[in-house]
This record gives sequence, C-alpha cells and structure tokens, in this order.
Amino acid sequence: MKKTLSLLRRFPIVVGFVGIVLVFSFLSDRFFTVSNFMNVLRQVSINGIIAFGMTFVIISGGIDLSVGSIFAFSAVVGASVIKSTSPLLGILAALGIGALMGAFNGVIIAKMKLQPFIVTLATMAIARSFTQAFTQGRPVTGFPASFREIGRGEIFGIPVPVLIMLGVFAFAWYLLFNTKLGLYTYSIGGNEEATKLSGVKVDRYKIIIYTISGLLAALSALILTARLNSAQPIFGEGYELDAIAAVVLGGTSLSGGKGSIIGTIFGIMVLGIINNGMNLVNISPFYQQAVKGAVILLAVMAERNND
Amino acid sequence: MKKLLVITVFLVVASAFLFGATYRIGLSLSTLNNPFFVTLRDGALQAAAGLGVEVIVADGRDNPAKQLGDIEDFVQQKLDLIVINPTDSDAIVTAVEEANKAGIPVITVDRGANGGMVIAHIASDNVAGGMMAGEYVAMLLGGKGNVVELEGIVGTSAARDRGQGFGAAISKYPDIKIVAKQVANFNRAEGLVVMENILQANPNIDAVFAHNDEMALGAIEAIKAAGLLDKIKVVGFDAVDDAVAAVNAGEMAATVAQQPFVMGQLAVVKAFEYLTIGTIYIPVDLQLVTLK
Repeated sequence: MKKTLSLLRRFPIVVGFVGIVLVFSFLSDRFFTVSNFMNVLRQVSINGIIAFGMTFVIISGGIDLSVGSIFAFSAVVGASVIKSTSPLLGILAALGIGALMGAFNGVIIAKMKLQPFIVTLATMAIARSFTQAFTQGRPVTGFPASFREIGRGEIFGIPVPVLIMLGVFAFAWYLLFNTKLGLYTYSIGGNEEATKLSGVKVDRYKIIIYTISGLLAALSALILTARLNSAQPIFGEGYELDAIAAVVLGGTSLSGGKGSIIGTIFGIMVLGIINNGMNLVNISPFYQQAVKGAVILLAVMAERNND
Repeated sequence: MKKLLVITVFLVVASAFLFGATYRIGLSLSTLNNPFFVTLRDGALQAAAGLGVEVIVADGRDNPAKQLGDIEDFVQQKLDLIVINPTDSDAIVTAVEEANKAGIPVITVDRGANGGMVIAHIASDNVAGGMMAGEYVAMLLGGKGNVVELEGIVGTSAARDRGQGFGAAISKYPDIKIVAKQVANFNRAEGLVVMENILQANPNIDAVFAHNDEMALGAIEAIKAAGLLDKIKVVGFDAVDDAVAAVNAGEMAATVAQQPFVMGQLAVVKAFEYLTIGTIYIPVDLQLVTLK
C-alpha cells in the first residue's frame, strides 16, 4: 500500500491515466475493451517510440525539434529504396539516415556549444526541405507484403508495432538505469560542468543521445509507412510537440536531470487515450483541442504540486 | 552593311524576348506538400511552356502570412499578372488588394478570395461535388445505412462546401444515418487513426465519405485491418493517383474527380488571354440540333 502511494506520488500521471480511462469507460461502452486497448497501443506506438528517444534528450537538458522532419525524410528515402531494391536495404537506409541526422544534431550541439533548441529548429527545416525536394511533393506508395507486416502484422494477437514499442521501451529502460550512458545522461542534465570536470566525455555522450533520438524517429517512421502503405512528404508534422508533451506529462523535467522512461509511457498513453476516447464518443472537433490542452495543463499542474 | 543589319535584327528580337515581350506570371500556391497542388502547378508550367510565358512559383506552406509575403515579393518584381491559390479565402484579401493597388491583375484558382478585385476565378464546385458523393453513397446503400464522414481542416472552404453538399444529399434519405463525423485534417495518417477509433465505437458502418482522398486512403487501411473492406464502401474526393489506383483495385468505391492539372493550365491560359487581348474568353459547349 505504502509502496503504491509512493509510486503515485512519483508518477501523478498514473492518477490522470486512471481518471481518463474511467471517464471514457463511463461515456462509451465500446471503450473499455481488449480490442480498443490494442487499437490505442498500436496508435501510440508511433509517438511512443519517438518519445522514448526524446526522454533521453530532455533528461540530458536538451530538446530535439527535428524528430518530425527526420521522421519524414527517413520515411521517404527508405520507401524509395524499398521500391527500387529490397525491404531490408530500405529499412537500413531509413535507420541510417535517421541516425546520421541525429548524429549531425549531436555534433553541432556538442562541438560548437550551441543551444539544442535553435540547432534542431534549423535541422527541422533542413530535413523537411530535403523531404520535399526528394519526393517533389508526392507520396511514395506501394510496398511488398513482407515490409507491410511491420505495420499491420500480429504475433500472438499482439500488433507488431506494439511489440516494437515494448522492445524499444525495455531497451531504453535498460540503457537509462543500467549503463554508463544512462548515468551520464542524468548527470549531464543535472550539471554539465560538474560532469565534464569529473572526466566524463560529455561531447561523446551528447552525440550518442541525439543519434538515438534520430534513429528512433526513423524506426517509428518505418512503422507508419508500413501501416499506410505510403510514405508522405507531410509525415511527422507536429510530432516533435506530441513527443515533448508525452515526455513532460510523464514527469520528466524540461530543465533536465530528472525524469523516467516509465513516466513517458504513461504520458503517451494519456495522449493516445484522449484522442481515441474523443473519437469514440464523437465529441465535436471544435472542442477536441481544448479538451486535450486542458488535460495537459491539469497533469502538469498536478506534477508541480508534488514537487 | 548587310551583316550589321542581320546582327541588329537578331539583337532586337533577342532582347525583346529577354526583356518584356514575354509575360511574367506569378503563381502563389497554398502548399506544395499535397500532390493535388503539385499537379496544379505542373498544369500551369506546361501551359506556360506552350505559350512561351514565364511562371514564377511560390509555396505558401499553408501559412497565410508566408503567402502574403510571397505575393508582396511578386508585386515588388512588377510581374504582369498574379495567379493565387489562397490558403484562406479571407486572409488572402490583403494580398489581393496590394496587387490591385500596384495595378497587377489577379486570378484565383481552386479557392476564391472574399474581397479585392479578381478578374477570374477558376475552380470546381465543391458543394456540387459533395452532393455527387452523397447521391452515390445513397445509391450504393439503397437509401438505408450508417455513414461516417471524415472532415477536412476545420474552417477551410473545401471542407465546409464538400460537407455541406454531402449533408444536403444525405438529408433526403431519412434511413441513412451519419453515425460519426470527425476531423482528420485532410491527412492520411490521421484518417487511419480516426477511422480505427470510429470502428471501435461503431461496428455497423456501411459507408465512409472523406472530404479528400488522403483521408479516404487512411480509412481504407483501417477498414482493411479490421477485415471489413467488402462491407464498407469508401468514397473520397480529388482523384489523386493513389486513389484512382485504389478505385481500380476495387478497394475504394469512388472518388470525386477534380482536375487540378486542367485548373493550372486554364489559369495560365486565361492569364495569357487577358494580357494579350485584354479580355477572357469562355467557350460554352455546343450542341448539335437534329430532327428527333
């Protein structure tokens, strides 16, 4: 009991999560079903995978606004490679581009000592422009069935995107709590100067952190591409804000040094359930944004009171 | 002497070609992030190449402020005519008025302007298109069933007009119920998610009307995953390449064709007519009258 209470104190988002589930269960008899929960999990896997990378970035005291554009660019390049060669090469190309663009962010931020906000704002614009130039504004459509399994396949009744998300979750959790990389991510976010003075190669870890963020954006892009059977130049617009919202809802501090990957998973679930529930209940679109904003505000205020 | 004359004539012709004899037309598009407007641009460029006019394209990126800047740049360059595809019919009025003040004629394409002087507006009738879709859905369902409407970006004239036409057609059939009406912002990924959610809430859906093909294609993926493709009829709007392919594959019931390529072509052709002969010629189809 005591343990549960302390958990709730650490993650007020869990209270919000349970509250929202209760409200929608009451409003729609189709909400609290296994099939709808699988549906929500599959939907949040896209934002979830990006948000796990974003968690590392934000804990380290940074921000990555370029994930949505990296998402789009790796999707369209990967899709074209799949069409001209094979799914495997396409997947590697997409992941390679994501990691490369993430590493580029990291190198500029770490070596030139620039603000992550403005660097990733710039790369966000550059990657979007690359995407448009590469596709000439048109979607890349039609992939082999084998590739599409990444998006629509199921293993033991669990959608593949959900399995990928859970795999990334487990790996991210392991990295954050059991490796030097995780330890230094927290300490860079807490006090970068002190971390540097204690002999940690801060630059190198920063580059790794942004590389992870870019790589996960590309992984997520492959899932959406496979689900839609199409990679679109418009992909990923605004995804950076959804990911940041999920991370902060999960109790990770925007000023760095504090946060957790478990909080993030609740953050993405809350955002996903709000969208899903409002569709189920058929709430007028004119009010949906207000509801979403209000929930985010309430959750952040609850966390504030806990400090 | 003769040589000199040839060179002079050549220079005059060449310079006339370079400075002024050819018209320069600005084409300000709402966005190039949507295949529909890319096709419209291609139509305009093709017509321009045929007529020997220069078309300068600007991408408003769905942002009225960016588009205003684009058009101000056109005005500064003293172009001969500006073709505008507004991001927003109200917000564009300032830009149209600025062009008017500089004496540059304006033609609007696809979406109109709610003010200022526009010499011609080239567009398909979205209300009629929505009605066409509504009538077709009613026919497919035999006048009875549950229908979902996926709406475009709130506040755009396309979403408003298509929805209005569709609603007007469906309201004639008391046994057809619109069970869900949700926004998916003209976006394929959002069409997928919104349709998945609607399917969770309403297992008995007979047809879907989406305000554009992108949302319809997203909805089809959701319906396919739920194994209901043979039961639910999907009607889209725009006839983009992917949608035409889906219709031919039997996955989409229909799409209301707009002709963006023709829109782009016509805009440049009409602009050229106005600049050369000072008027715009609108042909009306002829009919052959014979003894019945």
